[in-house]
Formats: sequence, structure tokens, C-alpha cells
Amino acid sequence: MTMIDGESVLRARGLRKEYGKGEALVRAVDEVSLDVAAGETVAVMGPSGCGKSTLLHLLGGLDRATGGEVWLAGQSLGRLGERALARLRRDAVGFVFQAFHLMDELTAAENVELPALLAGRSPRAARRRAAELLERIGLADRAGFLPAALSGGQRQRVAIARALVSDPLVVLADEPTGNLDSEATLEVLRLFESLHAAGQTLVIVTHDSRIAATAGRLISMRDGAFVDETRLTGGTTGNLGALAGLEG
Amino acid sequence: MQQEVVLALLAKEPSHGYELRARLRQALGPLGEAMNDGQIYVTLTRMEKAGLVACEQAAGLPDRPDRKVYALTAAGQERVAGWLAEVSWPKPDLAEFHLKLIAAAAAGLADPLALVDAQRRELLRRLRDAQRAAMAEPDRSAAGLLLEGIVLRLQADLRWLETCERNWTVRRSK
Repeated sequence: MTMIDGESVLRARGLRKEYGKGEALVRAVDEVSLDVAAGETVAVMGPSGCGKSTLLHLLGGLDRATGGEVWLAGQSLGRLGERALARLRRDAVGFVFQAFHLMDELTAAENVELPALLAGRSPRAARRRAAELLERIGLADRAGFLPAALSGGQRQRVAIARALVSDPLVVLADEPTGNLDSEATLEVLRLFESLHAAGQTLVIVTHDSRIAATAGRLISMRDGAFVDETRLTGGTTGNLGALAGLEG
Repeated sequence: MQQEVVLALLAKEPSHGYELRARLRQALGPLGEAMNDGQIYVTLTRMEKAGLVACEQAAGLPDRPDRKVYALTAAGQERVAGWLAEVSWPKPDLAEFHLKLIAAAAAGLADPLALVDAQRRELLRRLRDAQRAAMAEPDRSAAGLLLEGIVLRLQADLRWLETCERNWTVRRSK
């Protein structure tokens, strides 16, 4: 999908999601506004229960907001019918989840192809695109493996390849390293870094400070609202040795 | 550089100073870049005087000024064995920051939450540096393992800051 220059890929204004009524009313997302520019990597960080997953679902059109508005690729999600929303979701968004959500009975390559086939691409085009993506994530030699035969880090990389198969405007990732040990986390972070370098727009919600530290922009979320924003740009502190107890 | 580290590196075999330096570089990767090369020779000379290492002049080559070969003495070997058996761990300095928050709040000098925010930004910056360096290391490299240790410690510190933030938010609203 293409975008008009200078416009946000993703924009939210006064976004709210409420559950329950009266005394039991819970504001899972409370007046959140956000602009994500093309090519940006944004991490939304906060403790579990702060509303970050709900927010991601609203941004990706998986769930409807109680109030406020989301624009994706310039289209207001609230004004779309179910069908049009599903189509926009399929074409413009790639989702990555904590629990991978791969189909157990399909191979790595088939898992990656599936969304392209559902979007109406020819089997041959889908297969070619899947092969390219598996190559890119360094798993070309595992194309014929079932998810059960892959490590956690490899499964998540396959899930990321699947999210990319329709060339989405934005990839939305919900706690993508939540189920991974630190070595596998590093694999996924390397992959996100290469996606960022290739210009992919990424929004990641997480409580993992490692991801947050690699994102260009970091938003802290508490009790449904954004409370702080940091841009980690600029040079390095240049003193890694001191962090390990080495004298200069 | 701690004496015992240099001694232990010598335990493998008698070595030139530059060989020790290369072993250190290998183990530390990008963390060793800021290391002062002269330091290892200062340490070796000091240990020679203390009788922990013995130094032999090797038959030199004209293009290689570093002709000394160092070897562990019996006393040096004993020191290495003692060091390996010793249980030590760097002490985290959390009390200072903790007291800073308490003093700032008590005297109304600064908002403790603002101090937590500033500290978090600094830790995230360090985490980013360590993370970038770790991502650049090949899988299972010695230096990568050390960087992983730094990353995990910073994550623990960041979690503590989160707890500080929650706690001070509650205190402030009382």
C-alpha cells in the first residue's frame, strides 16, 4: 500500500476503551493520542494490565474503540464496516503476538504464505514471496519444518515473516519477546533492527526494557494513559567497559 | 587491571605481554577497546617484584621489542587457586539513589518522580548501548556473554526504578 508523504501512517486521537458500567467502569485505554510516522519504531512500555495490549488491538482494528478515533493509512477505522475493516487490516497491518499463533500442522513456509493466499495472490507468487522472506529472516533452510521442530526464537521469526508477507504499512507487535529466553530475544531484536533499517514502520507494546531501548521512540503507559515519552537518539555513552566494572 | 586476572591468564602457559593482551581483547570484545595497553605491563612488573611471576628474556628478534616471557611462580599459582575459590561479587550501589529520593522529597528540593524519570532515561541509554554491542557480536562469543550480563543487570535496575515510581506515586498522592 502507498501513502501520501508527510502523513502519519497511524494516528489516534482521544482514544478510549471502557469495560463495565457505573461503579465497575474500567478505562483500559484513557484518552490516548498518537502519531506514528512512516519508518518509525515506537515502543509502548508499561506493566501488565496498563492497557497496552488493548491499545494495540484498537490501533490495528481488531477491536472497536468506545470513544475517539484511529486513522490507518488515512482511513478512519470507526467509519468502516466490518468487511472493509477486515480488508484494511489484511492489507495494511501485520500482527505479531507473544504466543506466535502459527498453525501447527503447516510448515514454516506454508504459515508465511497463508495470508498472501487469503489476500488472493496466486499460489506461485505467494510461494515466491514466502521464500524471499524466509531467506531474509535467515530460516531458508527451515522452510519445510513444522513449528514444533523450531526453537522459540525461530517460531517468532517465522511469525514476523508472516506479518510481512502482504507488505503491510505497519507491523504491530504485542509482547513479541514475552515467551523467549535472552538468546532468542536477541534474534528477534536483530530482526526488528533490520526491518527498521529497511524502512518498516513498527509499533511494539512490551514490558521488556530491551526492546524499548532499541526503539527510536519510547512511550510509557500507566493506567490506560501515556505518561512519558523519550527519544533515545544521539550518540552512545561510549563507556561500555565501565558498565562491566572495567576501569577506563 | 586486577592482578589476579592477569595471573590467571598466565596459568595456561608462559606468555609474552602482548599475548596476554590479545587474550583479554578476545574475552572482552568491544568492552576492552578503552583499555590502556600499558596497564598490563605495569601489573606484570608489579607482580614480578612481588614474586608472583618470573620473567625470562627470550632470544629476541630485532623487529619485536617485546622479548620478555612471563611465567607463574609457585606463589603465583597459589594466588590463582585462591582467587578461583573465592566467592566475590560486585556490590550494587542502590542506597545512594534511594537516599537521594528520600532527601529530595523531605526537603522539597526536587520531585522524586522527576529524578526517577531522569535516572530511567540514563539507564535506557546505557541499555541501548549494551544491546547494540550485543547485537553486533557473533552468536556465543565470549564478549557477547559479558554484554548479556550488563543487559540483564540494567534490566533489573530498570525494574527497581519502576517499583520506585509506583511507590513514590502513591506517597505523593497521599
